[in-house]
Amino acid sequence: MIELNDVHKSFGKVEVLKGITASVAKSEVVCIIGPSGSGKSTILRCINGLESYDRGEISVEGARVDQGNRSIVAIRTQVSMVFQRFNLFPHRTALENVIEGPLYVKKEPREAAIARGRALLAQVGLADKAEVHPPKLSGGQQQRVAIARALAMQPKAILFDEPTSALDPELVGEVLSVMRKLADDGMTMVVVTHEMGFARDVADRVLFIDGGVIVEQGAAKSVLNQPQHPRTQDFLRRVLHPL
Amino acid sequence: MLGLVWALMRVSGIRILTGLSAALINVIRGIPIIVLLFYIYFVMPDFGIALSALQAAIIGLGIAYSAYQAENFRAGIEAIDKGQIEAAQTIGMGWWLTMRRVVLPQAVRIILPPYGNIMIMMLKDSSQASTITVAELALQGKLIASSTFKNTSVFTLVALMYLTMSIPLILLVRHFENKANRK
Repeated sequence: MIELNDVHKSFGKVEVLKGITASVAKSEVVCIIGPSGSGKSTILRCINGLESYDRGEISVEGARVDQGNRSIVAIRTQVSMVFQRFNLFPHRTALENVIEGPLYVKKEPREAAIARGRALLAQVGLADKAEVHPPKLSGGQQQRVAIARALAMQPKAILFDEPTSALDPELVGEVLSVMRKLADDGMTMVVVTHEMGFARDVADRVLFIDGGVIVEQGAAKSVLNQPQHPRTQDFLRRVLHPL
Repeated sequence: MLGLVWALMRVSGIRILTGLSAALINVIRGIPIIVLLFYIYFVMPDFGIALSALQAAIIGLGIAYSAYQAENFRAGIEAIDKGQIEAAQTIGMGWWLTMRRVVLPQAVRIILPPYGNIMIMMLKDSSQASTITVAELALQGKLIASSTFKNTSVFTLVALMYLTMSIPLILLVRHFENKANRK
């Protein structure tokens, strides 16, 4: 469904992606792990066209992702994104955040959009927060609204960029459980995360990225329990046993 | 409105519009209002555009203050977190829809206090229109004072009349600020 073929990306003189080739099948959950600055988030941003790439090709269901082409709007409505810092619109209520895309991008009838928006908020456990503005919600609640907003576009895949990294530890679980449910329902997901437990339990595959290249990839349990590459072993040792 | 147009051009990301807007704003800001008024009233007729003093004053003040408002609008627009703009893009919003639904409604809260200030400055600077013979308040005051020699009464009255016009404007902007903050 999502294909990356020899993707290169530089910021100035710094090459952050050095030939990424990977694919994500329909209903697959792929977790991308790796140290900070390794290029994990840049991959997601390139898939969604938030960043351009210099060489190679990215396609979503056969359509080439090209930031400068109008087709990018259609791709974005198929591949939603959830951000580390939620990026909700603070001047709109939770419900308004969720229905903004369906109403103004997809031009859905207002009543239908509101009904589905409320159903989505209920799905992420926030039925009673529909009229609340984001600054009055906890981090975990805001991230769940952001997930509902992404779902409202009825995407074929969702990209998660470190969705729990900005949360207090006790709020991480509520977001991960919503994501786990989405995975169980067959949503295609690409998740940049440091939550190794989630990756082990939910992901079908894990990619370990370092220095802009895929160092190791494979079935989640295999990569996380028996990493083959010394760099992966070192990274996992430091993440799982920091002391 | 013209200020908003300059500001939107400036943040459009389209190089030619950004450059054009930046150049216009800097030229307008760099010329004293009085020179701009002289230019519109005395020089434009040489190019076949003859305006009445009042028309020249309204257009001149409007253009001059649009440059200040443009920078005010730009500051407000650029203060909005880029993450929200990216979020809008990821749900398929284009540039204009992002501006209309996400950026401008929030930027208004930031823009309103300096917007009010600039409008009051413009109201007071309307006295400069007297230099191109518009019979505005200050000029009328000067004429009456010079014929009656009642300088204190006349100019106190002129000052009070400016205040009478400014205060409702101040209150109106405050009302809009409160309304925006309540949302």
